[in-house]
Amino acid sequence: MPRKVSLFVTCLADQVMTQAAWAAVELLEKLGCQVEVPMGQTCCGQPAFNSGYRNEAREVARHWLETFKHAQYIVSPSGSCTSMVKVFYKDLFEPGSPEAREIARLAARTYELTQFIVWELGRTDVGARYRGKVAYHASCHLLRELGERHAPRGLLERVQGAELVSIKDSETVCCGFGGTFSVKMADLSAAMLDEKLAALEASGADCVVACDAGCLLHIGGGLTRRGSRVRAFHIAELLTGRVPAPDAHV
Amino acid sequence: MSASHEPTSHTFEANAREALANARLQKALGAASGRFVSHRASAVAERPDFEELRRCGHAIKQEALDRLPQLLEQFEEHVVARGGRVHWARDAEEANQHVIRIAKNENVKRIVKSKSMATEEIHLNHALEAAGFEVVETDLGEFIIQLDKDIPSHIIAPAVHLTKEQVSEIFERELRETNAPGAGIPGLNAIARRTLRKSFLSAEMGISGANFAAADSGSIVIVENEGNAGLCSTLPRIHVAVVGIEKLVPRFDDLAVMLKLLGRSATGQRLTSYTNFITGIAGDGEEGPEQFHVILLDNGRSKIYDDDHLWGSLRCIRCGACLNACPVYKRAGGHAYGWVYQGPIGAVITPQYLGLERAPALPYASSLCGACFEVCPVKIEIPHMLLELRSQVVEASTEASGAAPKRPFFESLSFGAFAFLGRRPKLWDFATRLGRWLLRARSSDGQIPALSLPLLNRWTARRDLRAPARETFREEWARRRGRADAEADA
Ligand code: SF4
Repeated sequence: MPRKVSLFVTCLADQVMTQAAWAAVELLEKLGCQVEVPMGQTCCGQPAFNSGYRNEAREVARHWLETFKHAQYIVSPSGSCTSMVKVFYKDLFEPGSPEAREIARLAARTYELTQFIVWELGRTDVGARYRGKVAYHASCHLLRELGERHAPRGLLERVQGAELVSIKDSETVCCGFGGTFSVKMADLSAAMLDEKLAALEASGADCVVACDAGCLLHIGGGLTRRGSRVRAFHIAELLTGRVPAPDAHV
Repeated sequence: MSASHEPTSHTFEANAREALANARLQKALGAASGRFVSHRASAVAERPDFEELRRCGHAIKQEALDRLPQLLEQFEEHVVARGGRVHWARDAEEANQHVIRIAKNENVKRIVKSKSMATEEIHLNHALEAAGFEVVETDLGEFIIQLDKDIPSHIIAPAVHLTKEQVSEIFERELRETNAPGAGIPGLNAIARRTLRKSFLSAEMGISGANFAAADSGSIVIVENEGNAGLCSTLPRIHVAVVGIEKLVPRFDDLAVMLKLLGRSATGQRLTSYTNFITGIAGDGEEGPEQFHVILLDNGRSKIYDDDHLWGSLRCIRCGACLNACPVYKRAGGHAYGWVYQGPIGAVITPQYLGLERAPALPYASSLCGACFEVCPVKIEIPHMLLELRSQVVEASTEASGAAPKRPFFESLSFGAFAFLGRRPKLWDFATRLGRWLLRARSSDGQIPALSLPLLNRWTARRDLRAPARETFREEWARRRGRADAEADA
């Protein structure tokens, strides 16, 4: 029996980084999963939650629970949105309430994409190739809220032809996105971004990959603004051959 | 920087912008943060059991909080049994009055002080000087700060925002040390030592804080690297320790864990150069102070104790590791936080001490990256607490009394709309299609270089905004796979 995966697309991948979502689908199907996309999904509610608007976040969270209630596995191409469901949803409801029970049930079957592939499907070699240098940016929520240090690296290490370069001290330092932080405290956020971009450029990487659409939007927007030659992609895009080799672009 | 005692936490964003524009400050902060982080990392790496130590540290401080009222009484009994005295202070005013009264009764004129955040919190120096006493800070960093009439910018490194050139200027100006410029760090140290020695020998009272207080022995512990705290607590006739009530640990033996955590987390030292254990007054034939006073300071701590979500912040041992790890602190610097405590832990506790309405921006001064929690030796869940405080900010803003600042209209409107649309997929799809269309109209080559919309203009000031897709992933999915799905379902 193939595993039935309900794709939790996340609003950013749905509206902006659609290639990341398609890449996630392709990967999951290639690894033998049957993918479905609940059409009624909107957002997980994190922007409201992170801004202190808990009532608003609660309503959107209830909708999420309803949308995914029949799922066998819920997989998302974003570590941050996954942590919203797995870590923060429970802060929105009384312990013991029907919602809290539903969260416990669904959170246990919710995965960030690379965690699902490595820990649930037991795969690290997904047959990917890339001729160039890749830097991995560890997004904060995947790293610290979900405690994941190994899965994305495990997958990247087995990409044929790719050289994984280290962005050293900066690998696990926040890029400054932080959701609404990037516009609320825009100057601090931009100063943090500058440091990240400088480290990326110094690393010699052709591209940087991450497991989070938010960070990628931030890092990618900073890179194009600088006219950098480094490009930002979702890890699934690299793993499905969607990233052109460095000499293939201008 | 002036030594004004008025908190400026409410203008955090403007303070941070000013800091960002100050190249000298950015350099000092960047260098210090790098040093602290790498020293801590190597000291932690030396102990494969560091995670276990953190778990123990958490458990010890949590037990202390759980049993706090009882432990405080036990502590008092032991201090008294060893010839000391305990004074309870509900707030800053009471604490300062205790110290002034003791000093007056004992005919004190000159006072030396070692570094203590609790005394910063109650502005003790200011109160003592106003009452006519001469007070000298003897920790090198605090000494510099006092000369410059500045305020500390880091829990454990008060003058971290200054370069050595600035320190030379201060010594030259305030101490008339014409050799200070070009003296280098050893030379500056020598000047400070020479100046301070006179103060140590003439002071009648020494004031310190405490890093820990052991309930079962009545001991206080002061860690330091300069030896000045040891002198403050032994040379003068009278020793007064100002101790926050959260400094308690249940047992003297617990210090074996706490001291291992503190030195490594703070400065990356296995132990600090000096660890002073002080239990009561000197016995017959022993040297040391004739009087030992402990001021047990509440000053808002029992209010934090009553907040189910935030009381864990009282476990803090003020090691400063969260400041050093924080990418926001590293840019904004300590003064931006506008009060005595800085960085992530400052953002959590300042609103509790001052009142949320006087520091509403601090809970938002974080990207929630979690680096603070990762290094905290007593596992304080700082990101979760910041989120809790943000919800308190929003809740307070809707209260009818109108005492708390309102949230920006655009913000509450947006999240109201977000909640409304977020559970109505058809309307959500309609509204987001409209939004995408508007944004796409401003894009070129897949990027939006500039926007004049509120908030988003701040994004595009420094970064491009990737243009949204013409068609959402879900729409495309329905178009390409809809039929296949329908067949599979049939
Ligand atoms: S919150 Fe934790 S890391 Fe920060 S100063 Fe307190 S004990 Fe140290």
